[in-house]
Amino acid sequence: MTRILAEPEPSRLRLTVEEESMRRGDEGAGVAMAMRVVTGLAEVRRAPRLVGVTSAHVDGCLYHGQVGLDFARRLHDLGARVRIPTTLNVGSLDLLHPDLVRDATPAQREVRSQGKALMDAYLALGARPTWTCAPYIVDSRPRLGEHVAWAESNAIAFANSVLGARTDRYGDFLDICAAITGRAPYAGLHTDAARRGQVVVDCTAIPERVLGGDLAGPLLGYLVGSRVGSRVPVFVGLPSTTSEDQLKALGAAAASSGGVAMFHVVGVTPEAPTVEAALGPDRSGDPETITLTTTDLRAARDELTTDGGERLDAVSIGTPHASVDEVAALAAHLADGPALASGVHVYISMGRSVLAEAASRGHIAALEVAGVQIVVDTCTYVTPILGADVRVVMTNSGKWAHYAPANLGVAVVLGSLAECVASARAGRVVLDPETLR
Amino acid sequence: MASMTGRALRPGSASGALLVLDEPLSFWGGSDLAGTIIDTHHPQHGQSFAGRVLAMRSGRGSSSSSYVLAEQLRRGTGPLAIVLAEPDAIIVLGALVAHELYGHSVPVVLVPPDELARLRTGDVVEVCA
Repeated sequence: MTRILAEPEPSRLRLTVEEESMRRGDEGAGVAMAMRVVTGLAEVRRAPRLVGVTSAHVDGCLYHGQVGLDFARRLHDLGARVRIPTTLNVGSLDLLHPDLVRDATPAQREVRSQGKALMDAYLALGARPTWTCAPYIVDSRPRLGEHVAWAESNAIAFANSVLGARTDRYGDFLDICAAITGRAPYAGLHTDAARRGQVVVDCTAIPERVLGGDLAGPLLGYLVGSRVGSRVPVFVGLPSTTSEDQLKALGAAAASSGGVAMFHVVGVTPEAPTVEAALGPDRSGDPETITLTTTDLRAARDELTTDGGERLDAVSIGTPHASVDEVAALAAHLADGPALASGVHVYISMGRSVLAEAASRGHIAALEVAGVQIVVDTCTYVTPILGADVRVVMTNSGKWAHYAPANLGVAVVLGSLAECVASARAGRVVLDPETLR
Repeated sequence: MASMTGRALRPGSASGALLVLDEPLSFWGGSDLAGTIIDTHHPQHGQSFAGRVLAMRSGRGSSSSSYVLAEQLRRGTGPLAIVLAEPDAIIVLGALVAHELYGHSVPVVLVPPDELARLRTGDVVEVCA
């Protein structure tokens, strides 16, 4: 028998008069409950104070069990409401295509009914029905240096790295509490020190043609995430033309295979005009450097590809949610040439704002004519959309490739958009050796 | 009776048999709602922490681990107490929410890494935090 005796550490946390008042319950029991969660987390993070946040992105609206619904409803019953602009991540259902999520088993039926109730509960708290993992594509884009409380790993990586806004990695539940109080713990990536680069990733040996292709993002992200864990990598040698969609794919893969919540791309992302700026002023000695080559990218593609055969049942595009440019790119690929093979289901996931914009430009009609299934409000790897008989799926997303084998029990082939389309037409996996040469 | 002292991240008291993990665990994707470790890469894959005191160096992975831990505590399939060597805000958040909603207090304590290394699966521990 061993006895473990533990006492709380003396608190470092100092609250303002207004924050004390919120915690006491002067603004209602719901605000007080949210404040207990925010300050409870601040104590563990040894934060000296809280920081005001200007927007929130809530990940907790995806159903994992009754507790999520109990939490949102309790806050609502106690009178809480968001006090800053708050976007919502994907839910468990596609509300525009309600029959898309399967309901063959009792567990699937629970997700459908409770998942809908959870989405409703977050709307009742005053959040916007954006239902997207890419809120940065919607109209809410925080500026450089702005403190926000964004949850969902790819949204965190994008906000910190590409926008230069400041959010930490939080657990579920903290996001909505920050939205209700307008406060987050001043810790982690809210502070200057934590945002400095820690590892240099040298990509200068990779040809620009490969770096400009659509597999560079997912593969570099996957490789670096698995090697740096939760440290902050600094990429050197990426073209100045690297697009936001490429950075989105890179961040999403790095946040999945590792815990990357922030990265710098020298000459591209706002806090990295130079390597020295990204590493920060008090960096002593030579930082650790990882050198990557095209051979490493090919090896990463092989690792993420869990099926080496020709069989193909479905293609999934849009994880994280597709931008208008990505929807347009798929439509352009499908505009000329053979029809999709009858046995292959092609899905593209996007947020509602992108759906509206892409529809007004005619891309959605073009995709539907070609036989592509549009998915909104949710994502094909978090809820049962793919048919029960689907065994091998092709994707151009490192994040989808990383999670789907465990989440869905399917085998994955990672390919560029062009390879995905060529395969969907052929009805079997067709890879182009030139893609990564 | 051996004893060790630590830092309380969440207050509470519990006693029970230990499950000591060789590697950190992500509750989301790493354990199911019955409290069984389902991460096939984890050395303790297949073992259950339901009704036991869980000890591991740190948590890892998804921020939805808070959600899964809180749901396990709601169902009574979570650990009786959690012993860590590194602070983990995501685990604490799960315990905090279970307390807010259901009044369910799971102690989460931090002990020095060399003390954690003395703990053995099957040993009975009493946690007072």
